[in-house]
Amino acid sequence: MGELAVEKHAQYILSVEKRKDDFESLVMEHLRLNGAYWGLTTLDIMHKLGSVNPDEVVTWILSCQDKESGGFGGNVGHDPHVLYTLSAVQVLALLDRLDAVDVDKVSDYVAGLQKEDGSFAGDIWGEIDTRFSYVAICCLSLLHRLNKINVEKAVDYIVSCKNLDGGFGSIPGGESHAGQIFCCVGALAITGSLHHIDRDLLGWWLCERQCKDGGLNGRPEKLTDVCYSWWVLTSLIMIDRVHWIDKNKLSKFILNCQDLEKGGISDRPDNAVDVFHTYFGVAGLSLMEYPGLKPIDPAYALPVDVVNRIFFQK
Amino acid sequence: MHGRPRKATKQEDPAAAAAKSARLRELQSQLLHFHHNRIYTKEAVSVSSKLLEINPEIYTGWNYRKLAFQHNLKEVSDTDTDTDTETIKSAIEDELRMVEVALRRNPKSYGAWYHRKWILGQKLVLANFDHEFRLLDMLLKADARNFHGWNYRRFIARLKDVSEEEELKFTMDMINTNFSNYSAWHNRSMLLSKLLRKKAKGFHEEESILSDEFELVRQALFTDPSDQSGWFYHLWLLDQTSTPHKPHLVSSWPSDKLNIEISAQFKEKCERFPIIFCFNQQVDGVNLATVTINSKLVSSEHITWKPLSANNSRKSKIWVGFLENFNKYCDNSEGLSVEISVHCCESIVHSEFVMKLSHMDHQGKNGDGFEELFLWDCPKSQEINPYLVSYDPWRLRVERVEEDAKWHLDTLSAEIALFKEMSECDEDSKFVKLTLTRLLGAHNSIKSGGSAYFEEILKLYDDLIKLDAPHYRYYRDERSLVLLDQMTSSKDSLVEYCSRCENSSFSCINPQLCINFSGLNLTRIGFVERLLWVQILDLSHNNLTSLLGLEALQLLVCLNLSHNQIMSFTALEPIKSLQSLKVLDLSFNEIGSHPVDTTRYLCSSPLSHSCNVTETMEELARENIKIGDFWEAILLFESLQLAQLDMQGNPVTNERFRVLVEKVIPCLKWLDGKPVR
Repeated sequence: MGELAVEKHAQYILSVEKRKDDFESLVMEHLRLNGAYWGLTTLDIMHKLGSVNPDEVVTWILSCQDKESGGFGGNVGHDPHVLYTLSAVQVLALLDRLDAVDVDKVSDYVAGLQKEDGSFAGDIWGEIDTRFSYVAICCLSLLHRLNKINVEKAVDYIVSCKNLDGGFGSIPGGESHAGQIFCCVGALAITGSLHHIDRDLLGWWLCERQCKDGGLNGRPEKLTDVCYSWWVLTSLIMIDRVHWIDKNKLSKFILNCQDLEKGGISDRPDNAVDVFHTYFGVAGLSLMEYPGLKPIDPAYALPVDVVNRIFFQK
Repeated sequence: MHGRPRKATKQEDPAAAAAKSARLRELQSQLLHFHHNRIYTKEAVSVSSKLLEINPEIYTGWNYRKLAFQHNLKEVSDTDTDTDTETIKSAIEDELRMVEVALRRNPKSYGAWYHRKWILGQKLVLANFDHEFRLLDMLLKADARNFHGWNYRRFIARLKDVSEEEELKFTMDMINTNFSNYSAWHNRSMLLSKLLRKKAKGFHEEESILSDEFELVRQALFTDPSDQSGWFYHLWLLDQTSTPHKPHLVSSWPSDKLNIEISAQFKEKCERFPIIFCFNQQVDGVNLATVTINSKLVSSEHITWKPLSANNSRKSKIWVGFLENFNKYCDNSEGLSVEISVHCCESIVHSEFVMKLSHMDHQGKNGDGFEELFLWDCPKSQEINPYLVSYDPWRLRVERVEEDAKWHLDTLSAEIALFKEMSECDEDSKFVKLTLTRLLGAHNSIKSGGSAYFEEILKLYDDLIKLDAPHYRYYRDERSLVLLDQMTSSKDSLVEYCSRCENSSFSCINPQLCINFSGLNLTRIGFVERLLWVQILDLSHNNLTSLLGLEALQLLVCLNLSHNQIMSFTALEPIKSLQSLKVLDLSFNEIGSHPVDTTRYLCSSPLSHSCNVTETMEELARENIKIGDFWEAILLFESLQLAQLDMQGNPVTNERFRVLVEKVIPCLKWLDGKPVR
């Protein structure tokens, strides 16, 4: 099988950080904080986090925080939203700089987004989605502030989004989709609630995402895509059914999506690369124990040593 | 981010590219400027329109528009009340039009869809439902799987108060247009479930509804057998057909009418006696109020019931109650007779058993039974023993079949016949074979005395392993379960694997029975409800990675898991609740060779907020042991009272680890075959 071009991918990520003015970068400017998380976590998994200046990163992240609400926007001056707040906390955790924020202010912002029925809005405008349930639970857990929300209701809401095929949708009645499934399984994992899942039923639905080309799709009759190497794979790992897919074939698929000239990984072979798919490809390989990569925690989506440090060191 | 080719098909003129970027940069900075300074003039808002048309993903733009909408509406109501409705309508039209422009650019834009929901959700005016449904029809025609569209359709249907029956009809239209529409089938299953559950008008006859659905999905499967949607829907129908609605008891320990012999010699070892109930589904509500005890010496308060399940769950398939200090009850010639009635799940279940002291002398072994190494040398024997005589997994099941399972069995038989035909026509269809295994399995589980299909199912799995190699480990897992079903399906099949253990001085319940399931290529465990009475279990030389199910075997004293593929200590979570477990052989597994732990979240730990850092961990941390490296082992071993442990042959075992184990298990007598100091 081909090899993971670690050097090339590290250089690609560092170059993306510098490139801000072309059209592609501008169009994604509003989620730069997500990009920081994808890029830096990938670097850490590849043992390359040392090429980044942590102080600069922390300063920039803090500049994305909305002073009034405590939440973080996707970039400087953009509105706060729970998605970017999680990325901020994840990057600070990665750099072991959670001391740089007022933990209670940030967690009050996140906890304040929980609704009566246990669901979570993404921001003050009220869009409800199980993605936000995961993001809020993951964020609060990393900050040791899960007690600020009603965990039981949060779990009940997620369970209400469970479908008859064993999967989960974005809202009750929403079709099962691997991205949503990752969010729901991750949230249930972090809250010790995986017993709500029929693991054989969901495990089979997930393992059937593997197609003839070895890659994984997100739901039946859809195209394969490297990002599902993360969402489907970590869901399978959390419910202990990952042995139901062929890891060799999936690894080959991911490695085929590399741009060996310029670095980076794309959604499909010979497509344009981006940081998003580079992260998911490398993280997927880490989940499959690809040699030379740091193991990544399937629920918190951070390296295992980072998560262990947060939960086992006083 | 998705679907763009690596090498651009045509080279863009660098000047044009720079101009495009500059324009976007300008629009973005203008928007942020207006937003931060709360400027909501027409010109400002039109900047946001231009921006969102180019890039509908810039969420702050949609936030700005909501603020502008609210601000401008407030201005109107502050001034002139006459033109109110017209102005509001026009403002709403503007927003809806903006969303449609954005959706043309990206029909999957979260920001665009939510903006529309937010506007209409305010209910300032009555929505133009015709327009909304036409928009949806157009979008779903272009992409029938667009889940944003389906979610929005459910939102509009609720807003208009469209009946579930009407929406069901819509799913039928979509399916008739194209059978390959998982989204439509999904919606259909949700609506049908609701209507059946509510017993809505026209939906009382569940059996006739399901028959119609089987007919419908059959058409889909014949028209396009390679499309997955129909197969998943069929699986749901099968589940509806074969799963009983009401939970019922499957087995118990002690089983009804059992005579239990307690060895007088070792009576003192018996402190707590477990009583176990196994249901076919998760239930809650087994407690003092729902369990009555009829006995001269024992009363209900002597037993506390708890569910045997992971973490915080109040529901479980398996419930256990412990009779404390029960040795004192056996001190009379009559023995102890207990009759238990469980009143949960709308039925009453009785179990009556007798415990008597036996004064047979066991070859002079005293002490607590582990002064010598326990050796796994129970020979297989054909001797029928008292427990197997009373072993009858079918008794309870026969009672259940009496409740009209006729339609279910007939339907399954008809489907089985049909799929056997399909299998002959199309040898290479994995879905046909897989569905057939499930149909045969369902039939087996309902029909009393049903062992008709075991060999057929096993052969089908062998075919599937060849046909669909990437998923072979899924088929191996399913195959293991069928094998275990077959092995435990009757006294005659089980006796092959049974033996009496001569080295039996560690338990007071006679006789000590050993089940030997070694060397069977088992990858997982099942049908534990038939093995509740087992005290010694040999599962060595298999391919086990998961131990789920073992938590039910509350009488287990000795467990052999050597030469399997157990990858971490967290996989041993199910045995944490086995308070009688004294001998554990984990040698020659794979603990320590896998950086990725697939049962990390299936155990109690601080990571999943299901337990705190324990006292043992804090003590070890004070002794400078890195608990982050050993938490899995610590949490496991501190909850067991092992006398004998074998760990050799696992990469994790080294001198440092052995020292840790001896610290965490103070009562340990034997480690890797050598005495502990």
